[in-house]
Amino acid sequence: MKIMHCPLNGPRNISEFAYGGQVEVMPDPHQCSDKDWASYVFYEKNAIGVVKEWWQHSPSSYWFIAERHNASDDILRTYDPSELFSERVDFTTGENEP
Amino acid sequence: MTPPRLEHPFGQLIDRDAPVTFEFEGETVQGYEGDNVASALIGQGRWLISRSFKYHRPRGPLSLAGHDANTLIQTPTAANRLAEDLPALEQGAVSGQNYWGSLKTDYYAVLDRLGRFMPVGFYYRAFFKPRGVWRFWEKVIRNAAGLGVANLEVAPRYTDKQYLFCDVAIIGAGPAGLNAALTAAAGGAEVLLIDEQVRLGGALTYHRFTLEDDIRAQTLEALSNAVANHDKIRVLTDATCNAWFSDHYLPVFQGDRLYKVRATTCVLATGSSEQPVVFRNNDLPGVILCSALERLLMHHGVCPGGSAVILAGNDNAYLTAITATEAGLPIAAVVDLRPAPDDPTLIAALNERSIALYPNATVYEAHSDKSGLQLGAVTIHSVKSQGHVDAPILRVECQLLAMSAGYMPAYQLACHGGAKLAYHDDKSEFTLTQLPAGMLIAGSVNSVHNFNAVCADGRNAGRGALRALSLQTDSDETVYCEDKVNHPWPIFKHPKGREFVDFDEDLQIKDIINSARLGYRDIQLVKRYSTVGMGPSQGRHSALTTARLIANATERTVTETGVTTARPPVKPESLGVLAGRRFHPIRKTPMDERHRSLGAHMIPAGSWRRPAFYGEPQNRAACIAAEAQAVRTGVGMIDVSTLGGIELRGPDAAEFMNRVYTYGFLKQPVGKTRYAVLTNEQGVIIDDGVAARLADDHFYVTATTTGAAQVYSEMLRWNAQWRLDLDIAQVTSAFSAINVAGPFSRDVLEQAGCDIDLSAQGFPYLACREGLVAGIPARLMRVGFVGELGFELHVPSLLAQSLWDRLMSAGEPFNIKPFGVEAQRLLRLEKGHIIIGQDTDGMSHPGEIGLTWAINRKKPFFVGRRSVDILMSQPLKRQLVGFTLSPAAPKPEEGHLVLRDGDIVGTVTSCEYSPTLDKIIGLAYVHPADTQPGSQVTIRTAQGVCVQAPIATLPFYDPDTTRQQL
Repeated sequence: MKIMHCPLNGPRNISEFAYGGQVEVMPDPHQCSDKDWASYVFYEKNAIGVVKEWWQHSPSSYWFIAERHNASDDILRTYDPSELFSERVDFTTGENEP
Repeated sequence: MTPPRLEHPFGQLIDRDAPVTFEFEGETVQGYEGDNVASALIGQGRWLISRSFKYHRPRGPLSLAGHDANTLIQTPTAANRLAEDLPALEQGAVSGQNYWGSLKTDYYAVLDRLGRFMPVGFYYRAFFKPRGVWRFWEKVIRNAAGLGVANLEVAPRYTDKQYLFCDVAIIGAGPAGLNAALTAAAGGAEVLLIDEQVRLGGALTYHRFTLEDDIRAQTLEALSNAVANHDKIRVLTDATCNAWFSDHYLPVFQGDRLYKVRATTCVLATGSSEQPVVFRNNDLPGVILCSALERLLMHHGVCPGGSAVILAGNDNAYLTAITATEAGLPIAAVVDLRPAPDDPTLIAALNERSIALYPNATVYEAHSDKSGLQLGAVTIHSVKSQGHVDAPILRVECQLLAMSAGYMPAYQLACHGGAKLAYHDDKSEFTLTQLPAGMLIAGSVNSVHNFNAVCADGRNAGRGALRALSLQTDSDETVYCEDKVNHPWPIFKHPKGREFVDFDEDLQIKDIINSARLGYRDIQLVKRYSTVGMGPSQGRHSALTTARLIANATERTVTETGVTTARPPVKPESLGVLAGRRFHPIRKTPMDERHRSLGAHMIPAGSWRRPAFYGEPQNRAACIAAEAQAVRTGVGMIDVSTLGGIELRGPDAAEFMNRVYTYGFLKQPVGKTRYAVLTNEQGVIIDDGVAARLADDHFYVTATTTGAAQVYSEMLRWNAQWRLDLDIAQVTSAFSAINVAGPFSRDVLEQAGCDIDLSAQGFPYLACREGLVAGIPARLMRVGFVGELGFELHVPSLLAQSLWDRLMSAGEPFNIKPFGVEAQRLLRLEKGHIIIGQDTDGMSHPGEIGLTWAINRKKPFFVGRRSVDILMSQPLKRQLVGFTLSPAAPKPEEGHLVLRDGDIVGTVTSCEYSPTLDKIIGLAYVHPADTQPGSQVTIRTAQGVCVQAPIATLPFYDPDTTRQQL
């Protein structure tokens, strides 16, 4: 069984982790086309190379990001999501609540 | 009379003072403690142990190491056990298997003579025409080819699992493994040493590495004592490492226990498999490998009767002849496939012992004795060219033939890790390359054979492991081994065939070559077509020969041809050990004991157990009806502790709620609840619950029993991206909850004592309050899931049982009745309330289930918003509606189909008989054109009976929703 290095809990068996899909940038839901939105929701590139993925350490519910080569299955780096998401995100478009 | 055995130094594994007996095929067999079934049988002159898979040919041991399938036997408790792996001590009555009649007289043996009509691929090509004929032949064929009988009466053994951790796992405790272990341990590493044999030493326990045999015994004693006394080395003997998994995770089987070993680095010192020579009738009982003869003599002190011939493809076989002579076994001849041994002193050694040597010759054919069941003689021919012979030299009477054509590295574990095999033409040998990081190999698996080189290679592997662990060590020794142990072509095709390449699958030279002729050039296809290597020995004795034959037939190199992929397990493993002890953790609510003492019938709900109803299962319907009746007309209470609970606190709590759930939450007043629906990014409804705003910056949200973990997890992930200022905590276990429902529920709470104004004005429908109930701090919500006046009380779990007891006694004057999940499901169905996951599936969006009111499409964002917009702009494909039927109609079940003009348009998701309404009521997905009340839909019920059900207005009960707002 593979070992994964959790940024919070250290090296643990991969069976303690849950995969959360690739890290994707959400297109602006008010501006993008239906096709772009569908592509964001349903499709992954699935190309050989290093991918950024969401992983969760299930017992501690901690989410982090792993960079993994999807052909060799080598996990190259794991880190806290704050490294990628450092700024507060706001959705401003649209009308206000009645 | 106990059977005679050789004196010391032979027979090192047996206790001559402890005779044991067992039965084989109804006859009593005697041996000694330390014997296995095979060695005890040979000790009594019995070579015949089983019948072969396809032709039912008599078979006896080949490797005596548990590496072949020739000794599969039946014990009273299990089939397909290897005789050399079964201690003689523990056996009652064992027998051969795969025969019709007896082992000695197997009527199926006629198949051997029909064999030429059954070429490879026979089963694929015959029996399939005319169509359906296979059904008849399958039984006949399976009966003839069936191996052993499973005894279903056997009580399961206790099996379990254990985790082990070490710095270095060393697999194989031969000279290389022992040296590696001592070097690694001396450098400060924690070592786990694993070996298949009961004693440390590997080949050192039976094989002399030199003519004088002076170093073997001393080395063995010194190394095994040092290992046994080293406190940094843990030893697992009689244990099989059956696979290599990522990052050195090793399943090790020892008896009824499976060790899951996690090593930081590992050393494979797994040795190699000695290879048979391929000639006519090379499968006769009495034809064995040289190492098997050495094991018989040195381990068990068994000196087989009669005389022996040694067939040598290397110098090691000469050493076997010397050992056998010392044991008193007459050697009729040594036949060398080569013109001369590499070490010329071996010729003199044979001369001294008056052993006849036939160089540049081979055994071309083996002959059975008059019983037809074991070896009686061999014919020796001189070798003309690769695979071809001249006229016979002579025929030698013998009862034993020991052969060694070379060695195949025990490559399986290395190949599990992605290592590759390359063939070296100068040494006619496969070697391992491209090992995964942290894996080292040493000894004969690393193609090192010379004794001193093997020991040095082992020490180097120990050093390599230390370096991988960043520990100090000295520099490597030079490993020098020029020994050529493999004969390049020990394969002699005979006009009459029966030269076996694969003993498990009864495959001869022509079967392999024909596969190539039929176009299966790739070794993987050859395997799948001919079944070579698919038997229990997994190609240990056939892969090398097959690679050479296919390379030759397809005019490629042996490296290009290669061997088939090695996959776990290395050896067959017992499903019982894999299963181990079984653990089924169950979550219990604090009221669990109370439910049991009230006679609840418990059912699983996710990882929880919940009361389905209270009473005997035979009174199920009456119990549920009575519980529902109590809620409708009196008062009932239900344990809803399994509901998920999530706390959101912080300045951005409302903003976060507003983004995660579909409804609007920014302006939700403190003291009010709102229905909270969750869609995923695809716009599919995945959970629902109630959100109570306890303070401006504090929400308490419930989630469904099975959805809570996922909801919490998704919330955490969203906020890992949004970085809003709030804390999210899963409090499912911290809070327990009871729903008190029914017209008298307010009275029960007042009776119990409550410091909150419970009046309809003071605490209206959908409000939430915090206060004391019966002295216990509680969060109260007025909810209407079952459609009556009701209060959901959420309290700290430690106090929940106490609350239950106090409400039960407070409710006594009102005949309060606890109700279970079944009554709750009926009551909510009467109200037309959906259950996520039961009335929805992986495609349900809010438009399909009438939840558009719970969607706020004016706020800037919620998860799934864009997808919901897209879905809602398209025409509906189906819609969830209510239907009714008369009580006499066939009752549809969940999952029954809704048809329209013969096409499937939907399914029934919930359906119950409602005693309150005296009707069958249900929810179903129907065609959007059929959703108006009064429309009829067709439901196909059990046995294909179709009923016409009218669409009803929801809710079925209390359409004005006055009762829950009292």
